[in-house]
Amino acid sequence: MEENIENRNCTCVCECKCENSCDNNLREEMMMQLRAYKFSIIELGLYLDTHPDDEKALCLHREYCKKAKELSDKYQKMFGPLTIFYPCNKWRWLEEPWPWERGNF
Amino acid sequence: MWTYTKTLEYPIKIKHSNPRLAKFIISQYGGPDGELAASLRYLSQRFGMPDQKSKAILNDIGTEELAHLEMVGTIVHQLTEGLCPEEINKAGLGAYYTDHGVDVYPQAASGTPFTSAYIACKGDPIANLQEDLAAEQKARATYEKLIDLCKDDPDVIEPLRFLREREIVHFQRFGEALRGIQDKLAERKFYMNGCSDIDSTQNTCNCMNQFNSVNNYNPCTTPCNNCK
Repeated sequence: MEENIENRNCTCVCECKCENSCDNNLREEMMMQLRAYKFSIIELGLYLDTHPDDEKALCLHREYCKKAKELSDKYQKMFGPLTIFYPCNKWRWLEEPWPWERGNF
Repeated sequence: MWTYTKTLEYPIKIKHSNPRLAKFIISQYGGPDGELAASLRYLSQRFGMPDQKSKAILNDIGTEELAHLEMVGTIVHQLTEGLCPEEINKAGLGAYYTDHGVDVYPQAASGTPFTSAYIACKGDPIANLQEDLAAEQKARATYEKLIDLCKDDPDVIEPLRFLREREIVHFQRFGEALRGIQDKLAERKFYMNGCSDIDSTQNTCNCMNQFNSVNNYNPCTTPCNNCK
């Protein structure tokens, strides 16, 4: 089994085409926006737990989920992964500072 | 399961260290009304909830409290980062430093280590949700006291204000979940010979069994819609 792994000729390549941007202003701006979307989703989620039939809230939830996904994909491509579910050819999880280290703003 | 997202729910960037404030704020990390207690309280109580709304709200608020735990830990970390032992001792954290250095340890401001005695799981959804409502108010009150103590540093006050506001929203949502359960219990019941209770107008059973889902044991033998 071990031998198989060592000899494995991996051909899976991620399509993230990392851009490794160093533009910290852009990064902060994008993260603030992403955080706002995520907060809106959390808040709407709690509201919908006790008001599942509220169509307006449901519509807003769909809208913010869509926007958050688009921005999150764009952000991760440029500035590295936000979760371990973002594949890349390089393990970039270690490169970025942690939130308590004033990372990801 | 949970997935970690490498960002805080609300940004924290404290420019000036202040061990005196850290000494108080640590209480919201591992104190009686702190975020760790809140998260464990809700995530433990959710298993015994009788309806979908209350299960969901305990699950989702318990999850958000974990993000708040990380925020409070971040505040304590940034307030004590890079300090020399003399400064720490002068702020009254000498005893803390002896046992924990500048690690973030779950304890109350008084120094008492975190204990699950801070939380209750009563095996009764009404009692549990009432406890949760009280817990949110106690956490709000604690944040207000902390904001009073942190008046000189806006970098600390802003995230504390955010956390305080979240307690109010959680209180609101728990109240709605509680009302849902109470309304269900208050529905009109008809008691008939041989069975616990049947709502004859809807042919549905309103017995307490549906509110006692802890072990899914249902002794009701009535062939109605709810107890199948």
